[in-house]
Amino acid sequence: MKNKSLVSINDFTKENHLRIIELAAEFEKKPVQDLLSGKVIATLFFEPSTRTRLSFESAVNKLGGRIIGFTDASSSSVSKGESLKDTIKTVMNYSDLIIMRHPIEGSARYASEVSNVPIINAGDGANQHPTQTLLDLYSIYKTQGTLDGLSIFLVGDLKYGRTVHSLLMAMSQFNTTFHFVSPVELKIPDEYKIHLDSLGLKYFEHTDFTANIHEADIVYMTRVQRERFSDPIEYEKVKNTYVLRNYMLSETKPGMKILHPLPRVNEINDDVDENTKAYYFTQALNGVFTRQAIITSILGIK
Amino acid sequence: MKIMKDIRELKVSALRNGTVIDHIPAKCLFKVISILGLDKIDNHLTFGTNLESKKLGTKAIIKISDKFFQDDEINKIALVAPDAKLNIIKEFEVVEKKVVVVPDYITGIAKCFNPKCITNAEKVTTKFTVISKKNVTLKCHYCEKITDQEHMEII
Repeated sequence: MKNKSLVSINDFTKENHLRIIELAAEFEKKPVQDLLSGKVIATLFFEPSTRTRLSFESAVNKLGGRIIGFTDASSSSVSKGESLKDTIKTVMNYSDLIIMRHPIEGSARYASEVSNVPIINAGDGANQHPTQTLLDLYSIYKTQGTLDGLSIFLVGDLKYGRTVHSLLMAMSQFNTTFHFVSPVELKIPDEYKIHLDSLGLKYFEHTDFTANIHEADIVYMTRVQRERFSDPIEYEKVKNTYVLRNYMLSETKPGMKILHPLPRVNEINDDVDENTKAYYFTQALNGVFTRQAIITSILGIK
Repeated sequence: MKIMKDIRELKVSALRNGTVIDHIPAKCLFKVISILGLDKIDNHLTFGTNLESKKLGTKAIIKISDKFFQDDEINKIALVAPDAKLNIIKEFEVVEKKVVVVPDYITGIAKCFNPKCITNAEKVTTKFTVISKKNVTLKCHYCEKITDQEHMEII
């Protein structure tokens, strides 16, 4: 993976995924190491994403690297009308690696083509956010001891949710059974069902949240956002339907874990937080180890 | 008058060496010219448009002297003129006939349907993987979104 940009989860093979998981586990054991001393990492956030940026910066800082960059486009030359190409062509002279977040879809792929240092995509619009998917894989692996043959419930906005689409694509390499739980307006797009059909994988669609939840190894929650509904009445009808509450977990498997890319709004009730099945905050911690694994492997250090 | 007509036809038909591209949809003539860069070459070029065609209704035809296309070059027009047929002429004789084939990858030519794609935001040449050749469906190399035939716009 040395010098190769990480733009899309679809660029990574199954072996690449497993290698990152293996490295993330190493960093979890020893998160503070002097591996990036003398390295300058640029974090270019053309739109704010505090959580993702802090996770990357924490990963770099723990490995002794230095960070330059900006946290939103208004504090950069973009506000003067500079093109993405020019920004990248300039910043690549100052850094060994560029981590970028951009609202325009495909911007990270384009940046990787004009840059002579590797690019890590930290989210390009509704398109890709591969490091999120890799930290999800690591969290699943860590809690279940395997990625093979699991039953995964994806809940909430399955139509527009970039994280669920990427997770589905990655997990479809591991003989996964999928349960899609969503309002009718936010159903999983057909192209993903066609993909699963082509691999002969089993999937089920539900509008009722609790149906079959006892089969779940992983429940992956996402936000149902008001702005996704063309009809506000439809939103009002479903807004409280896809909320996970503690009492709903009584019949679930003992090793089942609840994941959420965060930030959450109300889709996981606070009373779930104390349940040992709640895993979303540890998942955020796993993000730091996973990003340490990704950065060091791209820089050819690991 | 009859003589005049004969002379006119002779001027158009007399291609000694070169390529005739027939069965171009009339409305796409200038797109084909632009895709193949025929507006930038010095070769003797003749074209006719709004000609009658049983298959297409109206069609256009282009004749280019001393120009022979590579397959990957001519296949670029498949998006706008999928039924185009080529006659390769040598010494006034048709020595070869070719049809166009939709290529596996397309650079430029089509516009990505996604308004939030980088190719619609900055000066980036579009690139697509052709995921279906029958009803031409393109997947954007950048934003990974699908552009189908119905929403395809030629640049």
